[in-house]
Amino acid sequence: MTARRLHEEQPAGFAFSEENMARVNQWIAKFPPGRQRSAVISALWIGQEQEGWVTKPMIEEVAKLLDMPYIRVLEVATFYTMFHLKPVGRHHVQVCTTTPCWLRGSDDVVKACKKHISDKPHSVSADGEFSWEEVECLGACVNAPMVLINSDPYEDLTGEKTEEILEAIRRGETPKPGSQIGRHASEPEGGPTTLTERALYDPTLRHSGPSLSDDEAKNVTPGVEQREAPTQKPPGAAT
Amino acid sequence: MPRKLIIDGKEIEAEDNLTLLQACEQAGAEIPRFCYHERLSVAGNCRMCLVEWVGAPKPQASCSLQVKDIFPNKDGTPARINTDSPVVRKAREGVMEFLLINHPLDCPICDQGGECDLQDQAMGYGRAAFHRFHENKRAVEDKYMGPLIKTQMTRCIQCTRCVRFATEIAGVPDLGATGRGEDMEITTYLEKAFSSELSGNVVDLCPVGALTSKPYSYTSRPWELKHTESIDIMDAQGCNIRVDTRGRAVMRILPRLNDDINEEWLHDKGRHIWDGLGRQRLDRPYVRKNGKLVPASWSDAFAVIAARVKATTPDRMAAIVGDLAAAEEIKALKDLMTRLGVPHLDCRQDGAKIGGGPRPAYLFNTTITGVEAADALLLIGCNPRWEAPVLNARIRKAWLNGPLKIASVGAPVDLTYPAEQLGTGVDVLNALADGSHPFAEVLRNAKRPMLILGGGALARPDGAVILHHAARIARETGIIGPAGTPAEGGWIGFNVLHTAASRVAALDLGFLPAPASEESPGGRDVAGIVEGAQKGEINFIYLLGADELPLENMGRPFVVYQGSHGDTGANYADVILPGAAFTEKDGLYANFEGRVQEAQRAVFPPGEAREDWAILRALSDVLGQKLPYDTLADLRRALVADLPQYGRLGQVPVWEGADPAVWNALGTDGVFTADVPMGQAIADYYLTNPIARASKVMADCSRELLHSDENKQAAE
Repeated sequence: MTARRLHEEQPAGFAFSEENMARVNQWIAKFPPGRQRSAVISALWIGQEQEGWVTKPMIEEVAKLLDMPYIRVLEVATFYTMFHLKPVGRHHVQVCTTTPCWLRGSDDVVKACKKHISDKPHSVSADGEFSWEEVECLGACVNAPMVLINSDPYEDLTGEKTEEILEAIRRGETPKPGSQIGRHASEPEGGPTTLTERALYDPTLRHSGPSLSDDEAKNVTPGVEQREAPTQKPPGAAT
Repeated sequence: MPRKLIIDGKEIEAEDNLTLLQACEQAGAEIPRFCYHERLSVAGNCRMCLVEWVGAPKPQASCSLQVKDIFPNKDGTPARINTDSPVVRKAREGVMEFLLINHPLDCPICDQGGECDLQDQAMGYGRAAFHRFHENKRAVEDKYMGPLIKTQMTRCIQCTRCVRFATEIAGVPDLGATGRGEDMEITTYLEKAFSSELSGNVVDLCPVGALTSKPYSYTSRPWELKHTESIDIMDAQGCNIRVDTRGRAVMRILPRLNDDINEEWLHDKGRHIWDGLGRQRLDRPYVRKNGKLVPASWSDAFAVIAARVKATTPDRMAAIVGDLAAAEEIKALKDLMTRLGVPHLDCRQDGAKIGGGPRPAYLFNTTITGVEAADALLLIGCNPRWEAPVLNARIRKAWLNGPLKIASVGAPVDLTYPAEQLGTGVDVLNALADGSHPFAEVLRNAKRPMLILGGGALARPDGAVILHHAARIARETGIIGPAGTPAEGGWIGFNVLHTAASRVAALDLGFLPAPASEESPGGRDVAGIVEGAQKGEINFIYLLGADELPLENMGRPFVVYQGSHGDTGANYADVILPGAAFTEKDGLYANFEGRVQEAQRAVFPPGEAREDWAILRALSDVLGQKLPYDTLADLRRALVADLPQYGRLGQVPVWEGADPAVWNALGTDGVFTADVPMGQAIADYYLTNPIARASKVMADCSRELLHSDENKQAAE
């Protein structure tokens, strides 16, 4: 990861659409009065949905909206890698390269992205449709390797499969998200191999062993009752 | 409730609101730290303060662990803490190793070298001849933070002290940390300058050489410097400073710790004017001949003055004390002028309608520490952020930590804390005094209300009327309370905030126009002297470092300028007597609380310049009015005989209770000049006195921080 800076070319202004403004206000309303700055991540996220990336005017608009210094919003925007500080393609591909995906061949997926999108991550393809980046675990290790295209996950990929998906999207189609080898969720290939007995799912059958006694169930970790709970501090007392 | 702890085998009782780090220090253990600072919030991110809590699975960060969270052992014995065990050493060595992965080894060219926390602690916890990181060190772009702070961000260890200082103490949240992990960078918002009057303090706070002083950069090493304890006179707060000198030059000025006055902060003007001490200096006497100032000897200069004094009657002579004079020379000038019979004396260059009467009528009576006890504050024509920035930080501290309600009559400015704006009209004082204004209710209901009268209120033609109404508000709302300190239950919330370091001493000494009597019409104040000079009724003016006067409108009186810098006063002078700046003489200064402190001599005056009291003493001999003191000690004895408080250095006067006669008679009842809005005492924070105006650093600050918009417009 390199230092995250705002893009050199920035649009002149930013305003939330009416609908998005209502969503931001909804988020602000979730926090107690005077704590509206807690909505900063949501506001930036909604802004990114609207514009595709986080712009300087957006940071300043959010800061004014939530009564925060500009620098505080900039801190948040540069901290979270989910905020794009540069323009991205209409279809942004996030390729997981964390260990499980890497073991299962994410290098090929990256190669496919390089071939079909652009040589470097975070740069928009020639037709403006695509961009890609490497990300950390996207939480579908069982179906590794995987990519996330905008908000759709594509799992059980190979290099060729990735190319096919990208081609299909480029043609304007919407490939079916999920496992690309026909698995249902994260079940084994070809269907379940364990816990297949129907009886297991019969609600009339009960657990047959002796039930836990009260004493056993209430056997708490020693020492817990001696610990003191820290008193709650008011948030952001200094600012 | 105190808890027992065994720290390094020593059993101590620590209050449970302390952190473990503070408890360890009470037990005499020294805990290394980078991010922890006792006046800032706890961040707990450097991990250098790790200690061992026997029984806990991992070393504990002592700065963020509170004593109340440390439970005793199972058998009831107090918890045992080790601050220097093998576990602790290994843990701290590990932390140091991590810090040094990315810290450059550029100590030989680093300004922090010799006074660097990281350098010092690496001596204790660094592992010599042991390194296992062969990767490149990270490099970070340097940031622009204004004309005072030089950045070398590769050196930053991300303790965030500067960010916390800016947010919490200065109240100017301009600094922040962008990115994260290895890529975290301390920066301002997109290369904006850090626009606080306390910005220099982040240089002191920075434990490494990431933030260093721009004007001081590459000039000297800390071990070459001689330290002299002194007092800042750039405003009237009397911040305690240390003047660092090398040879005959002042190299830098740093704050000293004094919890009663400046804690450990210093404002930018006090810290950075030292380059002005070497510029524009008057280093020899001058006499005006044929319209031109030509160098002269002391005796020639004195002879010219003596001839002129002989030719002028005392009622056509005047003397004005400037803003930076010490008590000794004010006394010497007062004594000399009294002996000559001169009635037109004044020390209020700004024309403030204050002085005369007992001390509480013109002091900051609440005291600086007392501000923290206040729960309501009314600012009248006062912008403490410029008039006394360190006091402003104290007000902000009181606002942060307590239920302080603040309202301001005067120009709306960002004070770094919210203040209810009551407008710039003076009429609102009437409403506040008769209780019809909502804020009068707030003051009445407050337990310890206070008001501060600033120069913007007093330095007006109707200043005396404003003073009268302020005293009325004070009487009506319980601002003037019982005698004693706040701790004893006493309270006095009536405060005058002076901006001139010499002002309180001059008022104490009565350097004011002679009162009117049957024989004489009384002395003129500054405005009267100026008017008299225009009309030719005043022919001789003695200026003791007085430069903030409209001298260009004063006709052609004979002007003697005694001072350190060639500023306005020297331009219009007929005789110039070169004096010493505050770093070049031992002098007593009374701050706005009435606290008398001594500034000690750090260097000698340049050239033929002399200490100011000695100049006046020598001149008095030539004028045939020899002053009765030959040494500074004699002069101080005479001073203390008149004013005993000048013998009690560092002490603040205790509130002795209200004398109704005094408070009823304060100021004059009359009508406001209502069409003049309440202005500010200071037009440009960075350029308020001759030393600051001679300083290039201050000129840069004024241009880049206060007038950057105008410059941009001019460029376009």
